Amino acid sequence: MMGNNWIKRVCLFGSTLLAASSAYAVQPYNLTQGVTDISADVYGLHMIAFWLCVAIGVVVFGVMFYSIFAHRKSKGVQPATFHESTTAEAIWTFIPFVILIGLALPATKTLIAMEDTSDYDMTIKITGYQWLWHYEYIDEGVNFYSALDTPRTQINNIDNKNQNYLLEVDNQLVLPVGKKVRFLITSNDVIHSWWVPALAVKKDAVPGFINEAWTRINEPGVYRGQCAELCGRDHGFMPVVVRAVPEAEFDQFLAANTTLDKTTEYALAE
Amino acid sequence: MSTATTDDHQDDHHESPYSIKRWLFTTNHKDIGTLYLWFSFIMFLIGGVMALVIRTELFQPGLQFVDPQFFNSMTTMHAIMMIFGVVMPAFTGLANWLIPMMVGATDMALPRMNNWSFWILPFAFLMMLSTLFMDGGGPAGGWTLYPPLTLQTGDALPFVILSMHFMGLSSIMGAINVIATILNMRAPGMTLMKMPLFVWTWLITAYLLIAVMPVLAGGITMLLTDKFFGTSFFNAAGGGDPVMFQHIFWFFGHPEVYILILPSFGVVSSIIPTFARKPLFGYASMVYATGSIAFLSFIVWAHHMFTVGMPLAGELFFMFATMLIAVPTGVKVFNWIATMWRGAMTFETPMLFALGFIVMFTIGGFSGLMLALAPVDFQYHDTYFVVAHFHYVLVPGSIFAIIASVYYWLPKWCGNMYSEGMGKAHFWLSTIFVNLTFFPMHFVGLAGMPRRIPDYALQFSDYNMIATIGAFGFGLSQLLFLYIVIKAIRGGEKATSQVWDHAEGLEWTLASPAPYHSFVTPPVVK
Repeated sequence: MMGNNWIKRVCLFGSTLLAASSAYAVQPYNLTQGVTDISADVYGLHMIAFWLCVAIGVVVFGVMFYSIFAHRKSKGVQPATFHESTTAEAIWTFIPFVILIGLALPATKTLIAMEDTSDYDMTIKITGYQWLWHYEYIDEGVNFYSALDTPRTQINNIDNKNQNYLLEVDNQLVLPVGKKVRFLITSNDVIHSWWVPALAVKKDAVPGFINEAWTRINEPGVYRGQCAELCGRDHGFMPVVVRAVPEAEFDQFLAANTTLDKTTEYALAE
Repeated sequence: MSTATTDDHQDDHHESPYSIKRWLFTTNHKDIGTLYLWFSFIMFLIGGVMALVIRTELFQPGLQFVDPQFFNSMTTMHAIMMIFGVVMPAFTGLANWLIPMMVGATDMALPRMNNWSFWILPFAFLMMLSTLFMDGGGPAGGWTLYPPLTLQTGDALPFVILSMHFMGLSSIMGAINVIATILNMRAPGMTLMKMPLFVWTWLITAYLLIAVMPVLAGGITMLLTDKFFGTSFFNAAGGGDPVMFQHIFWFFGHPEVYILILPSFGVVSSIIPTFARKPLFGYASMVYATGSIAFLSFIVWAHHMFTVGMPLAGELFFMFATMLIAVPTGVKVFNWIATMWRGAMTFETPMLFALGFIVMFTIGGFSGLMLALAPVDFQYHDTYFVVAHFHYVLVPGSIFAIIASVYYWLPKWCGNMYSEGMGKAHFWLSTIFVNLTFFPMHFVGLAGMPRRIPDYALQFSDYNMIATIGAFGFGLSQLLFLYIVIKAIRGGEKATSQVWDHAEGLEWTLASPAPYHSFVTPPVVK
């Protein structure tokens, strides 16, 4: 019985692997460019920093490896004796400083834009729970929980894993394209972190405090992320899924899910 | 006359070298250094096994071997073991062995406290490890112990906090001893600016320890009172603030990461000139750079918490201050390369590990610079990119520097040479596997894999599989290290007192193995 189970599991690992490698011939290895102006800026900044590091690395390691190959005792070289040079020290203090200023300027610009939550079109209140999310469309009277939708059988390797394994939820957060959406993020228990890479939004959900973030999505689509702050046993099992839709479709979604009318009736009855 | 001679002799080997009492009651800096180093290696194996449990679970997507709660306590304990049980004790062990020999002293300034500061550690770590068997399991809220999550720990919490207090106590006593030794026991003529860089970096590290270990102690004590005595330091419902803990923790935590790396800078600054046969390029600027890094380490802590929701001004300040660290760190790397330039290098094992350190520590520095940029950090934060970053600075950084020092000074300690061929094999195996383990983590991190998760989406599977293979290779390679060290202690080619033909410093004027009391008559330094 036990043995059979193991064989079955091993076969499933294999098939999962095959499925995984065929579905993702090339696995992603870089930051996403995302679907917002901010995420594109962030990606740009990331690539600038990356190529800068590559360039510095090529120069520094180039000099170092040249020295390793050329200045070795086995080639019979006599060691020089020079040391201490204030000029050299000043140069290699000053040049990095200038490079850093060049990097800090665009970073500051992007950071200021990211923190500007003014002039928003709508507000979503996000509350983290162990281990699911709750979304509330504050002015539209829509609210619901959003939990992992991957069956336990897939997690426990009994069934084959589907393509969005661990990145699928029962109720997706539906957002309109082109609108500035403000998020108010908090938590009901421990600290969580709400993260969608394609939006370049990651903000901690802190119990007792409300954090602000915002996005303006340019393209319709489904964008997946995960809780990014260790929050206990099922931290790895509370994904975030955002579905961005055109405005008309968004209005239909609101109409179909609103609880506003009921609460109004209730209020009138009282 | 004869009485006096006997008295002089009394401290010398009055116990058989293999009796328990000799090691339990020893006040000798070399014995204590040895104890620290072996303790550190045992913890390295335990912490390493924990890392392998993590990597085994992550070999493939799906839950295969461990429960997520146990997985979390493995990540938590792995970090605590490696930071407080491996890197810190290893550097304290090196300080014990080397500082008296390097400054021309007989022993450490406070030998009895030295004994105590070591012997606290085995008990502290036994207590820490015992929490794994307690009701509710070991600590599973991460080594950063963030509340409220950490307050959900079961019976283990008070034991975890008490054992961390012991570790802090031990480090503070070790640090006081280092400072007292360096400031009071230098040989005549050895001015501060003539001290070897290892001594300098340890002096600065010791001040960092004294400054920040009490901060950690305060923070974790507040956790304890929040849990058991009804206070609300970190509980918003009672008027507290969970983020306050993070500020306190990282005010300790950032200087702590420099505590883990500064002595490595000293080690590398000793090894490179020896094997390049050329003096260190900029001694004074190395000292100033170390001081600058130590100062900056106090004003950058919140870069660990850019996503907690800080005001823009705060984020900008911490971003700029963090970027500044690249300047003195760059100065160090440039100085090492300038030392190598036009030297006559040979590549014995310590040199290989030191060169590996420079290259891979610099790679960790590059990812550090990228992480400093707050807007991009929002994407990197709490992903495997961060895991890759700090493992690059800690494993091929600190750990490589510790291994380099063992190879470099082992002949001085035990009087025998290690096997050069096996040492080189150890270097290449370690270097290949360490990169196989940690380099792919950059990719999965950028692709969006959060850290501290026991299971992951399918697009992360290839890189995780590679990392797991690398981790097992790296772990097994360290058994070769153990074999090499034991073999050298047991015998082998006898080392001369100079050991390396261009090594400079007072320790090389002593016989190999070094006498039980280092300098009974202080040498005169010109």
